[in-house]
Amino acid sequence: MAESAGSAGSSVARPAPHGTVLAPYRAVLSSRVRSQASYRTSFGLDLGSSLLVGLTELAEVAVLFTSVSAIGGFDLAAMLLVFGLADLCFSLADMVVGHCDNLPEYVRTGRLDVFYLRPQPLLLQLVTSDISLRRLARAAVGLVALVVGLVVNDLAWGAGTVGLLAVALVSGTVTFAALFVWAGGLQFFLVNGSEMTNAFVYGGRYAATQPGTVWGRPLVVVFGFFFPMAFTAYLPTATLLGLDTFAGLPDWAGWLAPVAAVWAWVAAGLSWRTGVRHYQGAGG
Amino acid sequence: MTSHIIETDGLTRTFRVREGMKRRPVVAVDDLSLRVEAGEAVGYIGANGAGKSTTIKMLCGILVPTSGEVRTCGLRPVAERRRLAREIGVVFGQRSQLWWDLPAGESFSLLAAIHRLSPADAAARREELVERLELGEFLTTPVRQLSLGQRMRAEVAAALLHRPRLVILDEPTIGLDVLSKQRLREFLVTERRDHGTTLLLTTHDMGDVERLCDRVVLVDRGRTVHDGSLAALSRTVGAQRVMTVDLATPAPSLTLPDGATHLGQEGHGLRHRIGFDPEHVTAAAVLASVSTAAEVLDLSIEEPDVEDVVRRVYQARR
Repeated sequence: MAESAGSAGSSVARPAPHGTVLAPYRAVLSSRVRSQASYRTSFGLDLGSSLLVGLTELAEVAVLFTSVSAIGGFDLAAMLLVFGLADLCFSLADMVVGHCDNLPEYVRTGRLDVFYLRPQPLLLQLVTSDISLRRLARAAVGLVALVVGLVVNDLAWGAGTVGLLAVALVSGTVTFAALFVWAGGLQFFLVNGSEMTNAFVYGGRYAATQPGTVWGRPLVVVFGFFFPMAFTAYLPTATLLGLDTFAGLPDWAGWLAPVAAVWAWVAAGLSWRTGVRHYQGAGG
Repeated sequence: MTSHIIETDGLTRTFRVREGMKRRPVVAVDDLSLRVEAGEAVGYIGANGAGKSTTIKMLCGILVPTSGEVRTCGLRPVAERRRLAREIGVVFGQRSQLWWDLPAGESFSLLAAIHRLSPADAAARREELVERLELGEFLTTPVRQLSLGQRMRAEVAAALLHRPRLVILDEPTIGLDVLSKQRLREFLVTERRDHGTTLLLTTHDMGDVERLCDRVVLVDRGRTVHDGSLAALSRTVGAQRVMTVDLATPAPSLTLPDGATHLGQEGHGLRHRIGFDPEHVTAAAVLASVSTAAEVLDLSIEEPDVEDVVRRVYQARR
């Protein structure tokens, strides 16, 4: 409504906003980083425990291969690639947006209501309200697994290989990030929200480190397509190495990772929007 | 064109409350039509569950009204929330704007960045707030180590940093000691005088209303039951202060001035409780007449609780 803008709003001249649109987010994030780095001992311990978790999960994969030589057509070398890609992407997403799946805490403490009082979009405020640097340790485990995987596999290096890796890394991280926001949106409705959404967030992470060829039909539907975990690591690896894909997908299916990322964000956006509408009592 | 800072018409909000298997609708705010002009100071009072917080949430764009119209600073709160955020400052007594692990001063810097204030403007405003709210001594202390009184003052500064035209305070003095309350009230009076800031506050403390507000809106079960001056409200319900005096020697009976009533005694006449209406008789006059009976060792004066005033209004209505 045009007339509302000029009415009571015009009595006091408000100066134009100072600085760029990004300045608010940058200020909060850099303050979060400084604060975490300033408690050295605690930060060190956090890094250490995060590293331990990452190594344990890597060890699980290695132990599995002491009794079998291949799972779903993937040997240990190929599995390192899958694990490395999945874990690196998940850890990076967890570092940047992992706190979104802790939404009930934001609601309970009133931090969400406080976001409403600030001139930025809610979701962007939530995403940039924190960053968990300790996840860097886990990302490092993923990175090492990925690099080792790239060395021990017999890859035909070229523009295609490098391109696919880059596409997979970016899309995988973006897909996992969507998963956290998706979970956050659902938690507006669920009382013990994080316990239910953990099933697909952490279940999804675990599924992403497995070759989809071993999944039964329900798992293919859930983690192959609905939560598109197969597109984060397994399918790009299958395309890289020319291995079997699942559900009759073509061998170039790894290149579809960005499509999966877009779908995940569409779903996450809908989930978030519905959740916010529910919170505001606008129905939904 | 309107100069109303708050304007609601038939504002209504219902919630569906789960009762076993069924869901029962509960009306939190019922047909509220409220006009607040720029520069006014309004006390929005009512019992717990009367719909105060729900109204505030609708004014800020946190809650969508079930029906009715609402304009805050001329803006539609939900649709224009981000523009509105630049015009209003809100202090929720129970929720913090500050970063728990950071010093208050650093929270102010972050909020200045969030509201995209120019460095010069932010520095000037911050200096003003630090001085007036006496924040200087604990500006570098992490917020989690502050006392409640210090924290509330910092919260108020945080909400006012961007020079909002409308300041909404939800229970700003709850749990504060007398001195902290006093400081906060004095600050709000000055802020309003110097910047023409509009105040809307919910409170359980009659002192807040008396010292800060020239208008009282009382709600009961979502409906407005009084909208006018505090004096008018007190007249309707006969809100009185209670003076308790401890005497050096027992006095079986006291002669009291008009407007004061004897409420009771303890310890065979050593302690008396006297109710009086400050509209009609001063505390000094009551004390003077008590002193003629016996020497007064100690005294205390209880202000009427908002709850008490509200209870009387509610009783009269039922």
